[in-house]
Amino acid sequence: MDQTTIIALAYLVAAVLFILGLKGLTHPRTAVRGNLLGALGMLVAVLATLIHHDVVGYTLIIVGLVIGGLIGAVVAVKIEMTAMPELVALFNGFGGGASVFVAGAELTRRRAYDTMAGAGWGAPVFDDSMIAAFLAGLIGAVTFWGSLLAFCKLREFQKFKKPWLFPGMQSLNVGLAVLCAALLAASLMSPAPAMMFWTLVVIASVLGWFLVNPIGGADMPVVIALLNSYSGLAACATGFVLSNSVLIIAGSLVGASGLILTNIMCKAMNRSLGNVLFGVLAPGEADATADEVYGGRVKATSAEEVAMLYDNARRAVIVPGYGMAVAQAQHAVRDLGDLLESRGVEVEYAVHPVAGRMPGHMNVLLAEAEGPYEKLKEMDAINPSFAQTDVVLVIGANDVVNPFARDPRSAIGGMPILDVDKARTVVVVKRSLSPGFAGIPNPLFAADNCLMFFADGKKAMLDLIAALKEA
Amino acid sequence: MNASSLILLAAESGAAGQPALPLLAALTIFVLAIFVGLEIITKIPPTLHTPLMSGSNAISGITLVGALLAAGHENQTAVAVLGTLAVILATINVVGGFLVTNRMLEMFRRKRPHE
Repeated sequence: MDQTTIIALAYLVAAVLFILGLKGLTHPRTAVRGNLLGALGMLVAVLATLIHHDVVGYTLIIVGLVIGGLIGAVVAVKIEMTAMPELVALFNGFGGGASVFVAGAELTRRRAYDTMAGAGWGAPVFDDSMIAAFLAGLIGAVTFWGSLLAFCKLREFQKFKKPWLFPGMQSLNVGLAVLCAALLAASLMSPAPAMMFWTLVVIASVLGWFLVNPIGGADMPVVIALLNSYSGLAACATGFVLSNSVLIIAGSLVGASGLILTNIMCKAMNRSLGNVLFGVLAPGEADATADEVYGGRVKATSAEEVAMLYDNARRAVIVPGYGMAVAQAQHAVRDLGDLLESRGVEVEYAVHPVAGRMPGHMNVLLAEAEGPYEKLKEMDAINPSFAQTDVVLVIGANDVVNPFARDPRSAIGGMPILDVDKARTVVVVKRSLSPGFAGIPNPLFAADNCLMFFADGKKAMLDLIAALKEA
Repeated sequence: MNASSLILLAAESGAAGQPALPLLAALTIFVLAIFVGLEIITKIPPTLHTPLMSGSNAISGITLVGALLAAGHENQTAVAVLGTLAVILATINVVGGFLVTNRMLEMFRRKRPHE
């Protein structure tokens, strides 16, 4: 077998390992092995590439691998689980950035051949992959800068907390997008487009930044899922540039994965992707003001009172939200669940698809706290059981339990919610009556069967556990 | 330079010296892989969506393959430098992505003492 055949076969093996790896993720029991298979696939692909005859020196490769490997390993080991959304955002960005550099390097390399071969001679041969290189540059740059901004927003750097809004922002975005499209089209005609490529990368960088700029808070899961998809598609475009099958396959797998997650997130908010990216959330005509909704009807409660409720409860449901992540309360929540179970209360956890800042965010936190995943119920599975539930504890969630969503004229109208208000008693742990991301008041807080437990999430859990043990 | 050496040059540079992959074949692979991806990933339960994102993210670090080819091209400095930058970014993505996914998934697998 010649060398190219060996490499091609190794890439096939790698692609199969990636597919088997993703297949392993369909169940928690096989997921660890699946991830290892994916890593093995990557190793096979990398080793095969190193024997390629185009690789004439190894110094820079080793330098790059060592620097990147060290940074990656340290970050992966040190990061707290609550910071997973921003970490994934950052990694998405790096994938996109790498694709830009690879496409740029390939263009530079070919340009040198063009010059040697004489203008206009060698060029036509490369043309159909030129557009792929430009696409890789475009998608990669949008992904890199968009992800970087998403990272800053999720880390809650003060400077990026409020979007930078100015009149004509949408027209600017449209203008930038048109420019990008024009440069893509031009790439089909020009024989030596290195400058054009880097121009496109700069424009796409600005575009990536401005696309993510107005988006924040509860819409972040959609953005991260979308950027995840882009990082795959950028790798895929690079695969077209290099005529490399494993890049195309792996890239499209990731692209498909991100698209599915984006779609799930949008559905869980009953909003279209366009609405999430460009729309503005404004209170709808059905959304009353905070005074009208709350006006003297909100009842505050204490740890002792909630402990008494639990004493007489047979079934309890805990609803975690982003506030649990902020308060780092996942361990305390699990402790509370365990304590209740040891007293014969049936405990389940209700997880809304968009709770938190990325798909599956709550599940990871509860897994970190060693909560049993069989007790984590999805919205559709647990909703019918709220009517038979004695106590629902909502910790740090707001919009996903807002009954206004049942009114189509509300800002969040049509968004599927957890029907916690059907339970006998609802206890809401929250620091204040401040609205959630949608910016509208929540009539649940003023409902007859609802008690507000005003406290930091973690402190509330610890107090509650203490009160239960005393009683 | 005579015509045949020009053609040789062009052919070699055309696809990074890789096994040639015509555009149509590449498109076929792309479309089929998208379908495989859609089929598998719809079966992944929501509980595992965060590890799915970090894991698939590590897989998208496959750009590393292209980055290695460029970084190893040491007879053209500009190419090798761009390639090295790409290797660094892609390696962070690959190593960090697989490690952190493993860390998360181990938590899902962990058995609690009293069970």
